[in-house]
Amino acid sequence: MNRIISKSRLSDNVYKMQLEAPLVAQERKAGQFVILMVDDELGERIPLTIADADAEKGTITVIFQTVGATTTKLSRLEPGDSIAALLGPLGRPTSIRGENGEKPGHVVCVGGGIGVAPMHPIAQALKAAGNKVTIIMGARNEGLFVMKDEMAAIAGENLILMTDDGSSGRKGLVTEPLKELCEAGAVDEVIAIGPPIMMKFCALATKPYGVKTTVSLNTIMIDGTGMCGGCRVSVGGKTKFVCVDGPEFDGHEVDWDQMLSRMGAFKPQEQAAKEHVCKAGIFK
Amino acid sequence: MTPKEKMAIPPQAMPEQDAAVRARNMNEVALGYTAEMAKTEASRCLQCPTKPCMQGCPVAINIPGFLAKAAEGDFASALDVIKETSLLPAVCGRVCPQEKQCQKFCTMGKLLKDVDKAVAIGRVERFCADLARETGAEKPVACAPKTGKKVAIIGSGPASITCAADCAKAGHDVTVFEAFHRCGGVLVYGIPEFRLPKAIVRHEIEAIKQLGVKIENNFVIGRTRKLRDLIDKDGFDAVFVGTGAGLPKFMGIEGENLNGVFSANEYLTRANLMKAYLEGSADTPFWHGKRVAVLGGGNVAMDASRMALRLGAEKVYLVYRRSEAEMPARKEEVHHAKEEGVEFHMLENAKRVISDGKGAVAGLECLKYELGEPDASGRRSPVAVEGSEFVLDVDTVVVAVGNASNPLIPTTTEGLEINKRGNIVVDPETNMTSIPGVFAGGDIVLGAATVILAMGEGRKAAAGISAYLSK
Ligand SMILES: Cc1cc2nc3c(=O)[nH]c(=O)nc-3n(C[C@H](O)[C@H](O)[C@H](O)COP(=O)(O)OP(=O)(O)OC[C@H]3O[C@@H](n4cnc5c(N)ncnc54)[C@H](O)[C@@H]3O)c2cc1C
Ligand SMILES: Cc1cc2nc3c(=O)[nH]c(=O)nc-3n(C[C@H](O)[C@H](O)[C@H](O)COP(=O)(O)OP(=O)(O)OC[C@H]3O[C@@H](n4cnc5c(N)ncnc54)[C@H](O)[C@@H]3O)c2cc1C
Ligand code: SF4
Ligand code: SF4
Ligand code: FES
Repeated sequence: MNRIISKSRLSDNVYKMQLEAPLVAQERKAGQFVILMVDDELGERIPLTIADADAEKGTITVIFQTVGATTTKLSRLEPGDSIAALLGPLGRPTSIRGENGEKPGHVVCVGGGIGVAPMHPIAQALKAAGNKVTIIMGARNEGLFVMKDEMAAIAGENLILMTDDGSSGRKGLVTEPLKELCEAGAVDEVIAIGPPIMMKFCALATKPYGVKTTVSLNTIMIDGTGMCGGCRVSVGGKTKFVCVDGPEFDGHEVDWDQMLSRMGAFKPQEQAAKEHVCKAGIFK
Repeated sequence: MTPKEKMAIPPQAMPEQDAAVRARNMNEVALGYTAEMAKTEASRCLQCPTKPCMQGCPVAINIPGFLAKAAEGDFASALDVIKETSLLPAVCGRVCPQEKQCQKFCTMGKLLKDVDKAVAIGRVERFCADLARETGAEKPVACAPKTGKKVAIIGSGPASITCAADCAKAGHDVTVFEAFHRCGGVLVYGIPEFRLPKAIVRHEIEAIKQLGVKIENNFVIGRTRKLRDLIDKDGFDAVFVGTGAGLPKFMGIEGENLNGVFSANEYLTRANLMKAYLEGSADTPFWHGKRVAVLGGGNVAMDASRMALRLGAEKVYLVYRRSEAEMPARKEEVHHAKEEGVEFHMLENAKRVISDGKGAVAGLECLKYELGEPDASGRRSPVAVEGSEFVLDVDTVVVAVGNASNPLIPTTTEGLEINKRGNIVVDPETNMTSIPGVFAGGDIVLGAATVILAMGEGRKAAAGISAYLSK
């Protein structure tokens, strides 16, 4: 169960894994995620977006960045190994323009860093539903881009690359071209996925133009089924559970400062856990 | 022995870990009777011909029957009597609110004018079950010939465990689907180790596996597979929904999303299921609260406040808006919590969580309450005393004001009737829902209830399922 079929390293600390999960592969839709555990005795449950799936082969793809103990342990596993626990698909699927009653139009997808991975199935679905899809990808430098070719295949000439240091594409933040596109007036919808701070500024950028902006929140989770409330955020003044009400929400309504603060709740202990993994010699 | 002699036998006290020591460890608090104590306690039973105690037990265990065997020291036969109607005696003996159930009606308690002096039915029950488990003396259970019918059980709490066991014994081919990586429902993620050792739950799960029940963990119905697909595509002939009441209620007050405010479900799940208390080896972190306020007065609130002590809190306040007499928690847990040093703040309620300006809890503003006139139900409802605000100096708040039912299955299953509280509506005789062949029971039907009631529902549903399948 949950065997790792293949593994590759996309950049310094980003890995791609294909996992055997036939039922998840069959049921999943763009925007949904899984929760997995590397060790089901003492391990942690972490959410990862389903970046791609092959229902026929019965596999799903996850792309993850090693940020702490669990993602680091995951990155140490090899093809043939099994993931101790894998649950999904969780969360509500993305509402795809053109499939949800609204007419297809021009949708701008903004992916920051690893956020490009979860964007991929969404961009694919948007394209398939007849939308014009523009993709803005941002990273600190050229080496940190993931899935550039896959995104180029969807957006064609409407792919905009942004780097902090100008090592590839334009130098600057993803919010710059986003503002320009909104200013030009031809944007019907924006979807932004990436670090919370990036999503916050994307939402701020589009707000003056009144362009609908969907974001995918990556709060801390435990069960992923609505049982614990650990993933809660305020959206439009109401408390929502990201795992069952989301992960996608209207970016103009999210209380970003609260969300950012809640994500840091366990920082000192996460650091300690990571060091523990270090000491145990698991970090290579 | 004459009744008079029996009345003279002192009630056997439960050996316990010392309060100061146990408040800092996870080991079980109540250590259990010795064989001698169990025999003596059982011999206090008057063998009342009308068996009043039985009407207090939701599964109607033949209480005088098993106590008579236990009084002879024949604990194996005593357990056989218990198992005629109850599947989880080691669990129920520990967690049943006996003072409101079997022991409430006990003649001995009435004669001695103190429900605490009733025959300690639960403790003897626990002893019989523990003895058999620890000595490997449990008898294999026979299953009826295979019926060729497939039954899916959703969830693995006490309702589901019971339904699965009964269906397997009836000869059906049973598969349990559980969302978590461990089975047992609230018994593993909610009720702490110090009250219900997880080895006992694991043992009960092993027992249903031995009946041939298959278990699929990490499988969430409504997401991994829809309920209707189990019937339409996967060939199941009947389905039992035992998904519990897992949707935490919050107070809806200001500051409730600050860091350091947790639902009891999250707080307890981190500590129990995810073993966060094993700091240094478990990856899931817990919040190092030094001064903790727990809101609520039920078992969940007792568990959360006692867990807070064990996770290193220096002060734990239990804030409840009614008085102690109204607290729904088991009496023994209230007593234990007090002994361990939990400070009870009765007739008070939280008004607002105060922020430290950096996103974390800096205090809890509370209001004092008083009991008003009795309402239609005869219960005196608490009313806030205006202007009575004061601040509790805490860095952690655990909200334990109840659970509503999780909407995942109802919202993904067309045609499944629920009531206005979100509970699944069932036929009271068979526990069948509005969808033929789909049954439900436990907290998802009753609202947050008890282990023994959930078990009783699972049993009733299993009978309903067998009747349905033999049509
Ligand atoms: C719905 C959802 C989908 C996600 N999809 C992906 C994905 O496709 N690829 C991917 O790499 N990551 C994804 N994440 C984030 C991923 O879950 C976290 O990176 C992971 O939980 C970190 O676990 P850890 O034990 O390695 O690190 P930890 O030790 O838990 O944390 C290390 C650092 O990461 C931060 N952190 C903790 N939890 C999260 C979190 N949930 N999100 C972001 N940062 C966090 C901490 O503040 C800390 O600084 C997703 C999160 C959610 C909620
Ligand atoms: C902290 C706490 C302390 C308690 N103390 C006591 C006590 O002392 N005495 C007492 O009698 N009662 C107590 N109770 C109440 C008692 O535990 C419950 O009434 C009982 O567990 C309900 O059993 P259940 O089988 O209906 O559901 P649960 O035990 O809630 O189990 C439901 C299971 O279903 C799973 N599930 C949910 N949705 C899905 C899905 N879609 N697909 C697959 N699986 C799913 C869940 O993960 C869970 O494992 C306590 C409850 C809590 C929370
Ligand atoms: S199951 Fe509970 S109520 Fe019934 S006899 Fe045992 S302890 Fe009492
Ligand atoms: S009521 Fe009490 S004394 Fe009477 S039979 Fe039941 S347990 Fe024994
Ligand atoms: S992760 Fe527990 S409710 Fe969302």
